[in-house]
Parts: sequence; structure tokens; C-alpha cells
Amino acid sequence: MTVLLDPTSERSPTIRPRLPRPERLDGLTIGILDIAKSRGDVFLDRLDERLRERGLAVKRYKKPTNTRPAPLPLQQQIAGEVNLVIEGLSD
Amino acid sequence: MSSLPQDGLVAVVKRDCPTCELTAPVLGELARRAGLTVYTQDDPSFPDTVPGPVHDLALDVSHQLKIEIVPTLIRLEGGREIGRTYGWDRGEWERLTGVRGLGDGLPEQRPGCGAKNVEPGVLERLKVRFNETGLQSRRVEIGQDEDEQEAMFGRGWSDGLPLVPPTEERVLRMLDGTARDPQEVLGLVPPALAAATVEKIAINAVMAGCKPEYLPAVLAAVEAVLDESFAMHGVLATTMFAGPVVIVNGPIRRRIGMNAKGNALGQGNRANSSIGRALQLVIRNIGEGRPQEVDRATLGNPGKLGYCFAEDEEGSCWEPLSVERGLKPGVSAVTVFAGFGLQGVVDQKSRTPESLARSMAESLKAIHSVKLAPACDALLVVCPEHERTFREAGWSKARLYEELYKLCEIPGEELIAGAKGIAEGGPPALAGKTVNKFRPGGLMIVRAGGGAGMFSGIIGGWSAGGPRGSIPVTREVRP
Repeated sequence: MTVLLDPTSERSPTIRPRLPRPERLDGLTIGILDIAKSRGDVFLDRLDERLRERGLAVKRYKKPTNTRPAPLPLQQQIAGEVNLVIEGLSD
Repeated sequence: MSSLPQDGLVAVVKRDCPTCELTAPVLGELARRAGLTVYTQDDPSFPDTVPGPVHDLALDVSHQLKIEIVPTLIRLEGGREIGRTYGWDRGEWERLTGVRGLGDGLPEQRPGCGAKNVEPGVLERLKVRFNETGLQSRRVEIGQDEDEQEAMFGRGWSDGLPLVPPTEERVLRMLDGTARDPQEVLGLVPPALAAATVEKIAINAVMAGCKPEYLPAVLAAVEAVLDESFAMHGVLATTMFAGPVVIVNGPIRRRIGMNAKGNALGQGNRANSSIGRALQLVIRNIGEGRPQEVDRATLGNPGKLGYCFAEDEEGSCWEPLSVERGLKPGVSAVTVFAGFGLQGVVDQKSRTPESLARSMAESLKAIHSVKLAPACDALLVVCPEHERTFREAGWSKARLYEELYKLCEIPGEELIAGAKGIAEGGPPALAGKTVNKFRPGGLMIVRAGGGAGMFSGIIGGWSAGGPRGSIPVTREVRP
């Protein structure tokens, strides 16, 4: 029998439960995070308009670059200011 | 060690050692006069001067006694070792045995030979058998009738090509290539952000086909791509072509036989091929960065199997890339660049540096798209015959950089969307402006390649170069 050494990180996959979706958006503050991908703002601006038309509170955020994870202070700011966040993923 | 006597003298010998042969009569004399047990590593009938030498066929006794040289003579008392000597040294043997007048007619001293239990390959096997490896990784047992290669493919460890099975023995030998602690963590490998220990990297280096002496270069390359400024997560996740390109400088290139000359960027050199491959396997296996998962590359490029070469420092009149990037001359180093493929610069007629620089600049301006600027960083690999043109004209590398940046200024009109009948491009506001193809510092120049052929190469970068994307990183190769 051959014994090999595992080349992987040996992480057992852990599934993190998602937060429950809110029943209604009324009274909630919605964050929109622009990941700084080109033309993402076109889509997100329109989304912003539509949400505000419905009388919802919207806060806008932007990552410095799409190539890296959001800086920790920005993540913390978003977590502290909104109830849910809409984020565009790349192209 | 049940077969070892509690008290008395023990000798470990092998026939394939002239000093052991020389001392055979002494061993016989000690067996008669002082009580001696002889363990023989190779020939069970050696030495015939002793009644019934014990054949240490599996080398278990030798390993447990930590024999390094034969002959070794040991005195035990109450199961404990109280003294040892190795090789032949009359004074030492007499002191240890308490027997005078040993080895009449023999020289005073004669050095011994290396013991079989510490031969390469044997020592690792013994460490595995005695569970002394210290290796922390999970053991994966492959069934007797199972094909090792298929088992590894099946577990998703491969980049698509066969792998060297990472047995404990091979990983131990690989770890001999570095003085670093196997459990040292070099960083967190994206996208899983899992710890890259020296041991895990060594396992992947074995699979990639590396020799132990390549490991320091692999470790430096892993450290370099895990530097935050390289943005390894983005380089992996991008839909663009890029992957890490590794350029090696300094004395390690020649020590491990890397290729900086003909076909330097191609196949056929074990160090070039396996160092780059090991880095990619680390990202795949430790970081869980796999194509069509977090690796979103549209096409990728063949260099994502591994892209590593050495700079031809000896043949160049320019300072090596690592020196240009701040390290001292003579220091081994790797530089990583987020790049892809190779675009040729064919110019067989330029005989002045001005003409050749213009030729190179025109090719450089085409990378990614003639309609995009600034586009991406680029690595220009200058071949010897092209470098000669610059050398003979007295152009330093700094001069070539300066001229290329100047020549890569593009009139904004050419870059506007729709210009040249191409929809790709920038806003109309570019009209009247000049835009450089490269950000400041976005070009790197190295020298490599065979002596014949006026064929340099451009390795294009990732679209997101610079602080908002990936910045090349240079790391010293440490033992």
C-alpha cells in the first residue's frame, strides 16, 4: 500500500448559514456597493433610483478597486450603517 | 532494540568498507576476549572472524543506534550507551574496550565509511518506519491495486498532467532542500486563504517534479505571490489571461541548472518547468484556486501550467532585474509578474538602437488592444542579438526604458472609440491629448534567450496593473 501526503489545506467545508432574507424592505436602509468594475455604476445608479422611488433609504459605497477584497474599514462601515447590501459581482 | 545486549560491546560494520575489513581481526579478538556483538549491514557472513555476526538487514538496529560511520564501536551498560568511537583508532578502541595491544600490525588510525542506514533514500525510509518524520499532513492511503496517478487525478490534485506521488520519503527529502521549519507559515493562499506551510509547499513541489535544491526558489515565489501588492486573488479570479510569471536571478540559477539561454521560456529544463508548476499547484491545492471555479479565466494561457525562467545575467551588459529592483548583486532572488503568453518582436534589420527601440515600442503598443492605453504592464524579454545592438551603441537599460516610454506615447485621437473603425476605445475627450501605453514603472526588461535569432518577446500583463491591480514583487531566495 502506498501512503501519500495530502497536498491540500485539508479544510473540511463548512457551510455558513445565510442571514434570513427580510420579509419587507420598509424601514430598512439599503447599501449599494460598487466594486469599481467599469460600467457597474450604470446598473447600480438605476437600481438606486428605483429603490428611492419606492421611498427606501439608500446608502452608496465603492471599493477602491475590483481586484481586491473591500478594505476592512469599508466592510465595517457598511455593516454599521445598513441592514442589507446589494453588491455587483464583476462583469 | 530487543536484540541488543544490555551490557558489553557492540560493533556495526559492513563488508563494503575497507576499514571494516581492516579491523576484522580486531573484532575477532574482542569477541573472544571482551564479549562483542557485531551487527553487519550488508553481508551476513562478514566478518568471518566473529562467530555469528547479526545481519541488520532492515538496518533497524543501525538506525536506532544512530550509526553514521562504520565501523562504530559502542559500549553499553545497563542498556545505556556509555561511550562510542568510529573508524579505526587504536587508542580510542583500547580506551573504550579496556583491552590493550589491539590490532598488532595495523596503522594507528584509519577513517571509516558512511553507514548504509544514512544513505539517501534509506534514512527517509527508516524515519517513516519509525514514525520520526514530524510531518503533519493527513496520510492518504492508496489501495494496493489502485493506480497512484489515477488516485491523484481523482482527488483533483493535478493540473491535468501526471504528478510525482508525494510519499513521505519524497517529502522528507524535499524538506532537506531548506533550513526552514516545515511548519513555518509563509502566508495565506487565496482564494481559500489557507495557510501555506513549508511542508504543504514541499508536498506540492514533489508533485510538480522539483528536486530538493529547487525548494528555496519555490518558497520565495510563494512568498512573493502572497505579498499583498501582488493581488494573487485577483490574478487568479480574473477573466483575463494572466498568471504568475517567475523570473529567477542570482547564483541559484546556475546552482540548480536553470535555463536562461536557448528556449528559456519553453519546455525541456526541469528546474524552469517544475518551479513554475509547483507555484501553480500550491495555488490549486492549498488555495483551492481552480479553473472554472474561482479562476474565471476566459482563455487562460499555457503558462498557467507553470511559467518560470532565469535571466541571462552572464551574457548581459545590463544589471539583473533583481538588482534593478533593489537587491544586491550576487543575491539569489525571484520576481513574480502577473503576465501571460508571449508576443514575439521580430526585427532582423534594425542595426541602430533607435530603430530597434521604435520596433519594440510598436509591438508593445499592440498588447491587449491597439485601442487601449494605458493597457497593462509588460515584461520585455530582450534576446542576445537585440541586446548587442543596444550594447554596441552604449545604451544602458535605463536609457532603453526612457526611450520606450517616450515612444509609447499615443495620440488620443487614435484611442477614441470608433477610431480606426474599431468600436473599442476611450471617450472623445481623449482628442488633443497624449496617452502613454504604460503606467510609470509598468515596463520591466530582462535579458534571456539563445545566441541566434533577432527575436525578443513581450509578456503582457494583467489589465489591472499598478497599485489598483498587481504589482511585481521581488523576494530574496533564502536557504
